[in-house]
Amino acid sequence: MKILVCISNVPDTTTKITFTNDNTEFNTAGVQYIVNPYDEIALSRAIELTEGGKGTVTVINVGEAANDPTIRKALAIGADDAVRVNAAPRDAYFVAKQIAEYAKDKDFDIILTGRESIDYNGNQVAAMVGEFLDIPSVSIIKKLNIEGDTATIEREIEGGKEVLTVSGKFIASCAEGVAEPKIPNMRGIMSARTKPLAVLDAVAIEEVSKVTKYETPAPRGTVKLIPADQTESLISLLHSEAKVI
Amino acid sequence: MSVLVYVEQAEGKFKKSVFEAVSYAKAIADQQSTNLTAISIGDVAEGELKELGKYGASKVLNVSADQLKTFVNQAYASVIAAAAEKEGADIVVLSNSFSGKGLAPRIAVKLKAGLADGAVELPSTDGKFAVKKTAFSGKAFAITELTSANKVIALNPNAFGVKENATDAAIETFSADIKQSDLGTVIKDIVRATDKVSLPDAELVVSAGRGLKGPENWGMIEELAGLLGAATACSKPVSDADWRPHSEHVGQTGIAISPNLYIAIGISGAIQHLAGVSSSKVIVVINKDPEAPFFKVADYGIVGDAFEVVPKLIEALKAHKG
Repeated sequence: MKILVCISNVPDTTTKITFTNDNTEFNTAGVQYIVNPYDEIALSRAIELTEGGKGTVTVINVGEAANDPTIRKALAIGADDAVRVNAAPRDAYFVAKQIAEYAKDKDFDIILTGRESIDYNGNQVAAMVGEFLDIPSVSIIKKLNIEGDTATIEREIEGGKEVLTVSGKFIASCAEGVAEPKIPNMRGIMSARTKPLAVLDAVAIEEVSKVTKYETPAPRGTVKLIPADQTESLISLLHSEAKVI
Repeated sequence: MSVLVYVEQAEGKFKKSVFEAVSYAKAIADQQSTNLTAISIGDVAEGELKELGKYGASKVLNVSADQLKTFVNQAYASVIAAAAEKEGADIVVLSNSFSGKGLAPRIAVKLKAGLADGAVELPSTDGKFAVKKTAFSGKAFAITELTSANKVIALNPNAFGVKENATDAAIETFSADIKQSDLGTVIKDIVRATDKVSLPDAELVVSAGRGLKGPENWGMIEELAGLLGAATACSKPVSDADWRPHSEHVGQTGIAISPNLYIAIGISGAIQHLAGVSSSKVIVVINKDPEAPFFKVADYGIVGDAFEVVPKLIEALKAHKG
């Protein structure tokens, strides 16, 4: 079984998000980067499914050379080899096209991503790659089991879940529940240094979107504190002032 | 040129988030001085389809093929894209629901369209078609310009609201060719907790954290949520410890929500948690630690022990409801 896992290089979850250049660029000063946490779940499941000589896991990232430490982290967790498409990721459409171009003649059985990247919150790449490759895509999955040629998948829906099967090649975006994120051990970290990391050129694609500006949420006013023994005041404020109940 | 909105049905019914997407799409159609067409896939009775007119859809395309009775991501995307082409729709709107998140990117690729998902406002009308969407898990917004001729927008629940705009909707049957290769996924089972409010599109949410000390103490949280008609949610440490299911985890690595009211009980307010809930319209924080960072972003707060405050709050709510 050959699995491709798409990974994104994102700011650490504790990052305070600020912008520069008149709010047109993300301020990268002092930001620590990590493997997108959901992609780590996807990668961990891919490793579980191929452990014991049952297959290989390749990770792919679309980004510039600054992403290499994040890619090496994925190799340390347990991917066998890595590919970086050397380009600044313009939008999900661009990223998905690059991944699809790489994957189209490589015969991967399964392609996995995280449910979304925690920077642009797209959840677009998986389904877009699926469309470019004309294979089924399942978004936001909670469980993934493979038996023979058939995958059984649990997917989240509003207020419940859906269980579905898919045979043959497919792509899925993984959420919590698919696997416990694996932590690299010392051997993994050592071997990651020598695992193959191929750097490929990007293919040209028309622009369909661009971010023109960022905004940060408007600050809230000062909190109105209510004494603990006056819960009825809270109810009446929520009713008549905030008008939410 | 027109606007097409996909109206997702669940067991033959439309939810509030669908009427919201129709209201939003109608506002875009008005901006563009064009008409709004809705497309429904699956078994929906005519009376329910007519409801869409209330929110501004002047035409409803009804697709009810046998193979499409339950959700098939690939085939649904093909049908919606085919409808957009046939109708000459250059803007496709969906609700940013779990299914919408799977459909919108496929439709965008089919139509070579830019996609703004997680949209929170109407597009700008200054000559550029730019949509404000959530980014960095609620820590920021990105103004995303869709530069392609076709455009796809997935609207966040509770971002726009339901707006009535009475129109007489003409119902038309729409039949699209369904490719066998589009039917690769087969649904085996659907489990819906019908007695609970679904968290992603809930208007009111009661959430609790480690301050509750253990899963056995969630009775009062559920009682409070039940009285309010609210969904229940939790912080990451709580779902990590399996006190509550992962589907209730809100925050940066859980789901981001934007209800009208978010009540946080025994949650300190780590930056990752705040990211997922900061676009709530009103935030109430109940915490025994007056220094809890959550109070800095709250509208109303009670400093006190959850085990004393919540039962009193339940009593006060019962009294309020009479």
